[in-house]
Amino acid sequence: MSTAVKTNTLTLVQAVTDGMRTMLREHDDVLVLGEDVGVNGGVFRATDGLQSEFGETRVMDTPLSEAGFTGAAIGMAVNGLRPVVEIQFLGFVYPAYEQIMTHASRIRARTMGHYSVPMVIRAPYGAGVRAPEIHSDSIEALFTHMPGIKVVCPSSPYDAKGLLVASIEDPDPVIFLEPMKSYRSSREEVPEDKYTVKIGKGKRVMEGDDVSIFAWGAMVPVAEKAAKEMTEQGVTCDVIDLRTLYPLDKDLIAESVQKTGRTVILHEAHRTGGVGSEIQSIINDTSFLYQKAPVEYVTGFDTPVPFFAYEDHYLPTSNRVVQAIQKVINF
Amino acid sequence: MENQFPMKQWIDEEGNVVSEEFQKNVTEDLVKQIYRQLVRIRSFDRKCISLQRQGRIGTYAPFEGQEGAQVGSAYALKDNDWMYPTYRDHGATMTFGHSLKNILAYWNGRNEACVPPEGRHIFPPAVPIATQLPHAAGTAFAEKRKGTENAVICYFGDGATSEGDFHEGMNMASVLQAPVVYFNQNNSFAISVPISKQMRSKTIAQKALSYDMPSVRVDGNDVFAVYFETQKALDRARKGEGPSLIEAVTWRYGAHTTADDPTKYRDQKESDTRREKGDPILRVELYMKKHGLYDEAWIEKMKEEVSSEIDQAIEEMEAMPKANPEDLFDYVFEKPTWTIEEQKKAYFASLERGGM
Ligand SMILES: Cc1ncc(C[n+]2csc(CCOP(=O)(O)OP(=O)(O)O)c2C)c(N)n1
Repeated sequence: MSTAVKTNTLTLVQAVTDGMRTMLREHDDVLVLGEDVGVNGGVFRATDGLQSEFGETRVMDTPLSEAGFTGAAIGMAVNGLRPVVEIQFLGFVYPAYEQIMTHASRIRARTMGHYSVPMVIRAPYGAGVRAPEIHSDSIEALFTHMPGIKVVCPSSPYDAKGLLVASIEDPDPVIFLEPMKSYRSSREEVPEDKYTVKIGKGKRVMEGDDVSIFAWGAMVPVAEKAAKEMTEQGVTCDVIDLRTLYPLDKDLIAESVQKTGRTVILHEAHRTGGVGSEIQSIINDTSFLYQKAPVEYVTGFDTPVPFFAYEDHYLPTSNRVVQAIQKVINF
Repeated sequence: MENQFPMKQWIDEEGNVVSEEFQKNVTEDLVKQIYRQLVRIRSFDRKCISLQRQGRIGTYAPFEGQEGAQVGSAYALKDNDWMYPTYRDHGATMTFGHSLKNILAYWNGRNEACVPPEGRHIFPPAVPIATQLPHAAGTAFAEKRKGTENAVICYFGDGATSEGDFHEGMNMASVLQAPVVYFNQNNSFAISVPISKQMRSKTIAQKALSYDMPSVRVDGNDVFAVYFETQKALDRARKGEGPSLIEAVTWRYGAHTTADDPTKYRDQKESDTRREKGDPILRVELYMKKHGLYDEAWIEKMKEEVSSEIDQAIEEMEAMPKANPEDLFDYVFEKPTWTIEEQKKAYFASLERGGM
């Protein structure tokens, strides 16, 4: 006799709220802080209802000061609290960069484990929602390059809650990137109770033998769309949602490429120095001789993420992915 | 601190003159020009909200309620001065000479909109909060070094005072004795966060004390007080007497942007009350009525002109050619790197193969 798991049908942003609520209920030391997260429930409603349930001292509206509240959260974390910080848009994280790069990242190392920073920095990121200027940056690679920080990026409601709970429970700092474009684009059954999705593990979202496609966040549905189109042409794709960008799931990358021998890397971030290059480096290390074609990239350009009238040109599309798949197939 | 920084008014909410300086400085022509500008930008602002609702522009940041602060301050500038606006200050940029078409194009996602009009120094709006304050210090320093009498005005909100860049910019300007006027519009809210949660300071003007900078707190809905106080600060800057801070106390009636719902965090009845008493346009009208300047025929004609100017700007914006993808690549560097050249070539090739 199985006991049915109680689930709710949630969007990605609702699953994020649910993850925070679960952890706020479980641990008194978990706090949520950021701009407009309290009364307003966040500009995307990610913290909707949390302040009324947990009070102003646990869900705090901060001054407009990314360096101030991120730095303060580091101070809280070394002193026993578990802050979850919201950066309103990833493109506004830069004032906090010093605090993250110089302090969150290395307090454990500097003090040989005496102090640690169990904090989560959540931020919506990415283009495709016609947001105002400078609201659409996709700069995960600035964080994957930082030592001492884990970087997580869910693409579905189920993973969003499970990864957020795992991030809050993680003993080290985690940057938690939420694809803005996917906030409300689909719904999924999400367990009401606590569960975790392991940090560092990717997921195969479509099974195939001919081409591996690596993607994350809002690019996962783009990869799936292209893969479905290719199925009609008799080409099957192994679509991998990496879910964690640091550390990458080396085993899954190797396993997939050793099966297909062909790779398309898809990300909306700028091409140069993007996480894609790290994926290719893993492929070289683990699967060099299995490859039947050079790796193809479909990415954003080495240009600023543009104002929205141009974003359809900037953002990778399933058409561009299909072209890349054809290229590695016909090599 | 409120006593040390009393809120200055030149005309009160009823349109009565409360400053002795007023009669000495105000001419009929000035009143009419300023009134026209106020009406022009408010009509434009309302039109933008309706264009956004119809999907003809993107998310829009309205400024209704803050026209007195924006028109008064921008009107005090001279042609060669510099302006550093935020995303909410297109009332000021239109007063200083940006075209309405340009502002519409900005809210429709177009880069052409960040290009200043011929002969004007207008920086693209500051979107990341407070980042413009250090720029303004540097630009002002450059004018000083060139030996000009040009000054810089730099706009920012109450929320911006919490960012490091606010303090660093103020300090840079103070140390450099740069000819810049830091113009704060204190509308009491940073999106949903009321000023009481933003700071414990009772005024924003008092923050200038730390930088040994003159400052003044004005009724930001009194366009004349704003105009003349800004002029005084600009004059000091031009004479080599360094930077100033102006706190203009005002209120935004509507939402933070069209994506925001203010009823989530405040009682919008407050906005209704303020519309009835203290509104920047109403106040000028009351003054005009009291002084025989309220010429209905002139006003009607002026409003018609304004509305056809707006309609024409919308037509021009909508007639713009489609956004050109080459523009994405062509302005990153003066001379494109091989990376960008390759990416551009590959992208256009994929378009030809039916991409996008
Ligand atoms: C560095 C940074 N953080 C956060 C934001 C998001 N944001 C946009 S406007 C705003 C509030 C600004 O308030 P204020 O400075 O008072 O100006 P107002 O909008 O009231 O004109 C916030 C938090 C941003 N644009 N930049």
